[in-house]
Amino acid sequence: MITREPFYSDVPDSLAARGWRAVLLALGEVGRATSMTAHALAACPLVISRRRWRQELVRQMYIVGIKSLPLISVVGLFTGMILALQVGLELRRYNQEVYIGSAVMVSLLREMGPFMSGIVLAACVGSSMAAQIGTMTVNDEIAALETMSISPIRFLMAPRIGAMVLMTPLLSFYTCVLGVIGGGVVGVTQLNVPWDQYISMAMDIARMRDLYVGLLKALVFGVVVTGVSCYEGFTTTQGAVGVGRATRRSVITSILLILILGYIVTRLFYDL
Amino acid sequence: MIRFEHVTKRLGGRNVLDDLSFEIKKGEVFVIVGPSGTGKSVTLKHMVRLLTPTSGSVWIENTEISASDSDELNRVRERFGYLFQGGALLGWMSVADNIALPLREKTRLSEAEIADRVAEALRMVGLENDGDKMPSEISGGMQKRAGFARAIVRRPEIVLYDEPTSGLDPITARTIDRLIHKLNADLGITSVVVSHDLQGALLIADRIAMLTGGRFVEVSEPKAFVATAQPDVRGFLDAQFISKKGLEGMM
Repeated sequence: MITREPFYSDVPDSLAARGWRAVLLALGEVGRATSMTAHALAACPLVISRRRWRQELVRQMYIVGIKSLPLISVVGLFTGMILALQVGLELRRYNQEVYIGSAVMVSLLREMGPFMSGIVLAACVGSSMAAQIGTMTVNDEIAALETMSISPIRFLMAPRIGAMVLMTPLLSFYTCVLGVIGGGVVGVTQLNVPWDQYISMAMDIARMRDLYVGLLKALVFGVVVTGVSCYEGFTTTQGAVGVGRATRRSVITSILLILILGYIVTRLFYDL
Repeated sequence: MIRFEHVTKRLGGRNVLDDLSFEIKKGEVFVIVGPSGTGKSVTLKHMVRLLTPTSGSVWIENTEISASDSDELNRVRERFGYLFQGGALLGWMSVADNIALPLREKTRLSEAEIADRVAEALRMVGLENDGDKMPSEISGGMQKRAGFARAIVRRPEIVLYDEPTSGLDPITARTIDRLIHKLNADLGITSVVVSHDLQGALLIADRIAMLTGGRFVEVSEPKAFVATAQPDVRGFLDAQFISKKGLEGMM
């Protein structure tokens, strides 16, 4: 059951008590959002059990994957180009610009690929999820589903989180590929690095472990963006203003969590 | 069938429902009237636990829905149909798909059987030519009628109506009233109606309850309701120009 009842409590006078109250409220929200996300992940196998539900999963995969492609393509390409340019300018001072392929590949596989695709999905897909579900909440559509004994988490959230889990790693890989191509274009045209040499240096340094960790990060970001966005949508109150607030909060929270969790995953997999 | 036992609901620092107790019998049409903001919709939402009481309990026959776990809650909710104020249709589905939704999700009926049931429901509410339209392509009143069709398509035991006739033209409003009455008479459906439309309420209700200050100040049959001296009820009746004599004319 989705808690939609507003939380009321007296605001304490002292600053310390107010701070403690805010911490407790935030922890409560984290707990509810985590529980909702876990329920949605657990419901994912159900989504493929009926043809109609599978159709919804495919529709969401189209929204997440195909509709994001133009933006992801531009972001991926220019991320690689900027990386190549910045690194290349420094390396050229030491006549080492031939290594830009390595730098671009490592940066993209480990960090920039999943990070940039996560950010794009938070801004495009996550905000759209929060706005759509938020509007449904204030229009009583979520309540209508509940009164029909249709779980909104299974019906709305599970196909979205399933689509994100499947598509985010693919989009992250696609971002890396386009980034490497973008870096190569800058290398060849601006830094006079031969294409063959650029690709050779990039492939030499590429490790499967970096790819896997990057894809894992992307998957985590996909789950987080969906969890945050749907939670914000389901807990929307106060009409159109509330929908706007939920959308903004979903993007801000998703981006912050992408940064924090990106660091944590990196720290877990790479020793100092 | 539906029983409230000392239900208090506190929202925004005030008691919207205040120690409310009443019982609705099986097969009854029970209409709740009262001024805006007195907790009529809140009362309705407690019956399917869209809201939970701050204190007290809500019972559907022998099940305390206010304390049910999620499995039991789902089982109890399957006995209900609910018409929301704005219709609450899902915006990305056609009207027919909206009405078919509870059948597709909660039954094992074939698509042909579902199509028949949807067509029948659409015909009942006069939308037989609008099934393919999207909710955004039809008027607010039509959305409400589609919501009505969705609420009854699964032939529930209990139907809750939140302002079923508000925003409708008088002819359509009376059609909806007649439908509520017909469902009750033909299928024995228990109906709980929240309404401002006292004329409609007097036509369809077995009992009418007036909610003010979080409590029922009057619960009686239509004739007794119109004849009461209770000042809140009298004010409400007078505001809608309804007298006992007028009621006899209507009936």
